[in-house]
Amino acid sequence: MRNGFSFRRMGAILIKEFVQMRRDRFTFSIMVMVPVMQLILFGFAINTDPKALPTAVHVADNGVYARSILAALKNSNYFDIRAEAATPEDGTQMLDEGDISFLVTIPANFTRDLVRGDSPQLLIEADATDPVAAANALAAVTALGTQALRDDLVGPLASRATKPAFTTVVHRLYNPEGITQYNIVPGLIGVILTMTMVMVTAMAMTRERERGTLENLLAMPSHPLEVMLGKIIPYVLVGYIQVTLVLLGARFIFDVPMVGSLVLLIGAIGVFIAANLALGFLFSTVAKTQLQAMQMTVFFLLPSILLSGFMFPFRGMPTWAQWLGEILPNTHFLRVVRGILLKGNGPADIWANIWPLFVFLLVIGTLAMLRYRRTLD
Amino acid sequence: MTELAIDVRGLTKRFGKKIAVDGVDIQVPRGEVWGFLGPNGSGKTTTIRMLCGLLKPDAGTGTCLGYDVITEADRIKREVGYMTQKFSFWEDLSIRENLEFVARVYEIEDRKARVAATLERLGLTARQEQLAGQLSGGWKQRLALAACMLHAPKLLLLDEPTAGVDPQARREFWEEIHRLSEEGLTVLVSTHYMDEAERCDRIVYISAGKIVTRGSVADVIRESRLVTFLISGPDVRRFLSRLEDKPGVEHVAFFGAKLHVSGRDRAALEQTLMPFRNDPDFQIEEAEPSLEDVFIHLQNPNGKADTLPMVNA
Ligand SMILES: Nc1ncnc2c1ncn2[C@@H]1O[C@H](COP(=O)(O)OP(=O)(O)O)[C@@H](O)[C@H]1O
Ligand SMILES: [Mg+2]
Repeated sequence: MRNGFSFRRMGAILIKEFVQMRRDRFTFSIMVMVPVMQLILFGFAINTDPKALPTAVHVADNGVYARSILAALKNSNYFDIRAEAATPEDGTQMLDEGDISFLVTIPANFTRDLVRGDSPQLLIEADATDPVAAANALAAVTALGTQALRDDLVGPLASRATKPAFTTVVHRLYNPEGITQYNIVPGLIGVILTMTMVMVTAMAMTRERERGTLENLLAMPSHPLEVMLGKIIPYVLVGYIQVTLVLLGARFIFDVPMVGSLVLLIGAIGVFIAANLALGFLFSTVAKTQLQAMQMTVFFLLPSILLSGFMFPFRGMPTWAQWLGEILPNTHFLRVVRGILLKGNGPADIWANIWPLFVFLLVIGTLAMLRYRRTLD
Repeated sequence: MTELAIDVRGLTKRFGKKIAVDGVDIQVPRGEVWGFLGPNGSGKTTTIRMLCGLLKPDAGTGTCLGYDVITEADRIKREVGYMTQKFSFWEDLSIRENLEFVARVYEIEDRKARVAATLERLGLTARQEQLAGQLSGGWKQRLALAACMLHAPKLLLLDEPTAGVDPQARREFWEEIHRLSEEGLTVLVSTHYMDEAERCDRIVYISAGKIVTRGSVADVIRESRLVTFLISGPDVRRFLSRLEDKPGVEHVAFFGAKLHVSGRDRAALEQTLMPFRNDPDFQIEEAEPSLEDVFIHLQNPNGKADTLPMVNA
């Protein structure tokens, strides 16, 4: 390529994109509506802290403490005790069939062992196919250990009240890893950005091809990198508008904790946006029409939702799916966002998931530049 | 500085198995206006795209403004103004925004002034805020011309610039082309209009990817060795289809209330037209073949004109 990179020419394309974006109110409003709608859907309609989950109990002990524990379960509001399982097998069957979400088993001699100080086991088997649903209920159960029997353990047994008088054993069935709360809303940032950033760039270039303006663009002395950057930068700003909307919603509507540094988050988001835009640009060099660009975006979006750890716990997936997931930028980005927002991760903590984004950006960006044809052939 | 603005030899382009352009040689001296003619699909657009670096030739060499068409496409793009056959400016940008974009891409100094001057020159000033998508054909074509001459190119490649434009706008367009040419620009313009061909210094006629004839209009007509008789008389048009299969007749057309009967074999043609000569109701005269007669003949070199020329399909 003979002519070097020119910031002025890149600026020319950038300005043109801004003007076109301003004219295309429809696309712009869609891009603002997407985060708002997803927030409402995932934030309100899909309740991540459900109460009164159907529960069965198998009580093999009739002592006073067993009854206190059952009462405490009910009081927590998380458990709706609907059935008594005559045998453990009956209870398991109910779980299998999805009639109940929890099976609580109070073993024989529970009261006797407790009085002796033998720390009997309270067994809770949870249907964790929807781990988000189960997580809060299970957290409540753990607290029971110390609180349920506080009023009962008086006199000589009072010493037992300071430490858990019994152990709670939780079996998460079907899905060994439970996801923590507040997962969805931060994760939305990744999903929304993947969807809109890839699509919008893929379409922006194919639109030039479809409308015939590409021939004009190519007939002018413009360098591929200038065209790519000029087209991408306006959408980076749009991406940040979307992020701001989701973060505001997360903070003020859903009280998602934001422990870590917002500056770090904004930086990480920049890398992620760039990776997605580069992919969109690559798609645009392959797709012949805007429809094809759209289809390629959806094709990429599905694994980004399903295999990234957004919908299902990453460690719960089969190995091959995890391998696929590791390739997707969204997988790494979700870990970064959750790490920063919920755990207060610093730069050193997130680096393990930032460099894969850089690698993706580099590989995809290079491919896009190689595929970008400067002629109409 | 060579004296030729365009100097290419053996340009060839294949699309799959189909040869769209087959060994085209074109030499256009600086400052001339050349017409590029030929039926639809004959390879005009493909040739022009190769000249300005938009398509890579499969074979052939040459220069455009002294730059190699294969290795120096970037230089060519800077100094050539190319007007695409299909309107290819941004319909969601206004006239001025389109021009400003072009000015920025070409890194033109004193951009505002140049855009304003170009708007003025093409009479676009009053409409500068109008979106390109809302313009009619004639105004779109003016915008396209304005945009492709904004960076003061030395060579204009215009691909059917006047297709679908009304006669008044076409005339103004050609006046502008001639003004530009007086300023020293070289112009290669493809067209289907005979009157436009006659406004060119020279014409090149291409058919099925190969150049068939070239030269001034008079040369082209002379070299066709075509003989044309004009027949007028009562209801003469009814003979049109009857004459088509007769010996010596290569092409019959009806315009200007006269039947134009053309062929290269004068003796056979005279023989065939004898009945008209002998009929006092009809007048028959020999005339110089028109460019249109020649082109229809060129389009069907070995036989009858089985289709009428398609203008701007
Ligand atoms: N991009 C392309 N892919 C395949 N075939 C093409 C392409 N461009 C042109 N052609 C074919 O090449 C031939 C010449 O086309 P073109 O140069 O557009 O002719 P003209 O401009 O004289 O009408 C036509 O048969 C056309 O179908
Ligand atoms: Mg054409």
